Amino acid sequence: MNQANCFHCGDICVTTNIKIEEKQFCCTGCKTVFEILSESDLTNYYDLVSSPGAIPEEIVGKYDFLEDKTIVNKLLDFNDDKHQIVTLYIPHIHCSSCIWILENLHKLQNDISSSQVNFGKKTVRVSYNSENYSLKALVLLLSSIGYEPYISLEDYDKAKHSVDRSLIYKLGIAGFAFGNVMFLSFPEYFQVSGYWIETYSPLFRWLMFGFSLPVVFYASADYFKSAYKGLTSKLLNIDVPIALGITVLFVRSTIEIVFDLGTGFFDSLTGLVFFLLLGKFFQQKTYSFLSFERDYKSYFPIAVTKIDQQKEETPIQLYEIEKGDRLLIRNEELIPVDGILINGDANIDYSFVTGEKESVPKQSGDKLFAGGKQTSGSIEIEAIKSVEQSYLTQLWSNDVFNAANADGFTTITNAISKHFTIAILSIAFISTAYWLFADASKALNVFTAVLIIACPCAIALSAPFTFGNLLRIFGKKGFYLKNASVLEKLADLNTLIFDKTGTLTTSEKGKSEYEGLALTAEENNLLKSTVRSSNHPLSRQLYNILDKHNIVSIDHFEEHLGQGIEAKSKDNSIKLGSAQFVGQLTAKKPLNTEIHLSTNNIYKGKFTFYGAYRKGLSKLFNILKENYDLVVLSGDNDGERGNLKKLLPVKTKLFFNQKPADKLEYIKYHQSEGSKILMVGDGLNDAGALAQSNVGIALSENVNVFSPACDAILQADKLPQLSGYLKASQQAISVIKFSFLLSFIYNLVGLYFATTGQLSPVIAAILMPLSSISIVVFTTICSNYIGSKLQ
Amino acid sequence: MSVIYLLLALSILVALVFFIAFILAVKKGQYDDSYTPSVRMLFDDELITEPSNKTSTNNKD
Repeated sequence: MNQANCFHCGDICVTTNIKIEEKQFCCTGCKTVFEILSESDLTNYYDLVSSPGAIPEEIVGKYDFLEDKTIVNKLLDFNDDKHQIVTLYIPHIHCSSCIWILENLHKLQNDISSSQVNFGKKTVRVSYNSENYSLKALVLLLSSIGYEPYISLEDYDKAKHSVDRSLIYKLGIAGFAFGNVMFLSFPEYFQVSGYWIETYSPLFRWLMFGFSLPVVFYASADYFKSAYKGLTSKLLNIDVPIALGITVLFVRSTIEIVFDLGTGFFDSLTGLVFFLLLGKFFQQKTYSFLSFERDYKSYFPIAVTKIDQQKEETPIQLYEIEKGDRLLIRNEELIPVDGILINGDANIDYSFVTGEKESVPKQSGDKLFAGGKQTSGSIEIEAIKSVEQSYLTQLWSNDVFNAANADGFTTITNAISKHFTIAILSIAFISTAYWLFADASKALNVFTAVLIIACPCAIALSAPFTFGNLLRIFGKKGFYLKNASVLEKLADLNTLIFDKTGTLTTSEKGKSEYEGLALTAEENNLLKSTVRSSNHPLSRQLYNILDKHNIVSIDHFEEHLGQGIEAKSKDNSIKLGSAQFVGQLTAKKPLNTEIHLSTNNIYKGKFTFYGAYRKGLSKLFNILKENYDLVVLSGDNDGERGNLKKLLPVKTKLFFNQKPADKLEYIKYHQSEGSKILMVGDGLNDAGALAQSNVGIALSENVNVFSPACDAILQADKLPQLSGYLKASQQAISVIKFSFLLSFIYNLVGLYFATTGQLSPVIAAILMPLSSISIVVFTTICSNYIGSKLQ
Repeated sequence: MSVIYLLLALSILVALVFFIAFILAVKKGQYDDSYTPSVRMLFDDELITEPSNKTSTNNKD
């Protein structure tokens, strides 16, 4: 058998008759894309990266809501009479070919004037002439070439936000001032007196003063604000001694140059702020292609089709749905509100809500919950609640989703800064008191010198650089953290909770068992050939499991959406699918996914699929059980209890039939008893638990696909390494503690100069960068070493 | 009048020019996306080396 790969998308071609010249395609969709592109001379697309494309989806009627002006206006970045600019999120953007084709859209359609891709964010910004062209046409064009944009309710609600670039500005200003002040202070480092210095030093000093103004009043403004906030809430955070240090540095330096007492410490001042901001910048590493803040809005569509009394179909915005509205839900569309099924074959996949992947058939009159996905043709439902009041969406009215997350400096730094600040202030006062008696003229000098030299630059840098670096290393290994404080929380956990479906089990590679009458060789051939022709995930799965057989040609093939497939070859016919479909009406409600099979209208048996557990699970749990309490919370029934018990350590607690709210309450209860909980989950059904837990990790087969709001996203195949990540974060805490120790030593040296009244600008200028840089080097080397031990 | 004043003024002026250039670059969003331009840069080259059938579409507006 010829296993050719599709020229467009790279999938294995099941049939060999779809081709153009020598190029094989897996389906007519891919072939059409190729035709569209080659008509416009855009086949360069295939030269950059081989098989870069995606199979275009069936989208008839899906984007009718883009005819609605108010919806369109919400989505546009810019709109005047003639031009419109829109930024669309396209999940498929993954290679340089994608950039190329999307930036050459104007060759496909003359009304598009330009398009620009942001690869990191997976967005394309398109501007077009709105007199002859529309957003809907643009979306359809993109979809037709396999780049279907993802438009969700979130886009509708999103306020047009501006990018915050203030940190880069501040860093730029501080760096600029630091460099120039360093140059200007060089002469006085080496020449203490002489004609030249005496003539020009005032000029140099005032220039330095000028450069330091924007640093103090703009670049370091955040430290003053944070220190003020800390003081008003009676908290001595690390910004308090920093702000104090900056103030004293600036005031003392200004006084020195005004009264011509010395050069001042402008070099140390600007350097300090520059290094601090550098640390902040380093820690701020975020993954622009990931979002950690998703709620149901990112899953829900903007609009659905409403059927009014005259049987007219009009798109309606989701928030405008009222009780009693008739809605049309097409195949593969999400049900946005709780409703009652009016007519149509409902087969609802609730995997978003419950985590269970099999779809549930519903009869007319049954209640349907929001969040389910219709999987077999169109249905009509009648809304019985509005969007916000539906069962699933109510979960988000829980307080955990509204609690403001404290950001900023990590707790480990603040814990130490409290003692540090008190210690420094006492040293300053004691040494001032001593000098008041010994030599009163030096007292003020000593007081300010202590505050200057003790400014905790190195301490403030240890955590950002260690965490920032480890964050990056984790990211390379497939573990994406929201921010540095997550890393700190990871080190301080005692209970780990896992979801089952999709987390401990994989959605692919299920094991299956056949029960029933033995099949003849002929029947086996027919079965294999039949599933080969179907694109349904279960067929694909079955196809991979079945032994190799000769492929027979199929004379008749029909796929019944949500029910099964039937096929004929010569004299034999075969039916595959649900129990009802093959005529086995007495079957009980199954615990596991089943495919029933009949040949020539005689029932033969069924294939039962079991969720396969991820590799390395036992090993992971056995390592983790030494230090943590382990719990499995599953939304599923307890059909798998026996298997889980065999697989996992004895003391692992297992809970089944847990609703989303139950999971949340379970975590809340144990937190109130002092547990620090890590939750690992996947679907939206875990969203509450992920938000409530101390650290919520969303497991994802493909990090580009959406995952619920969480603190971290872990690639599914990296789950066995979880213990390694936990250990690494604990080691990071030790590294930070060591670097605190190191910076204390620097401080002691500095304090010796300060309390004895010998602190000259040169010593400050050497000691401060030296301590900062050596801390940065130390933490970087250590965190790289920790990272290198990760797999 | 010492030449040092001229030199100082010049050096600060040059520094300021670069500084303003930096601020403008940030403002225009050049630091928002640091990856795509590196790929985009290479495309133009390929278009030039492949003039065969792209005559009508090569000009960007």
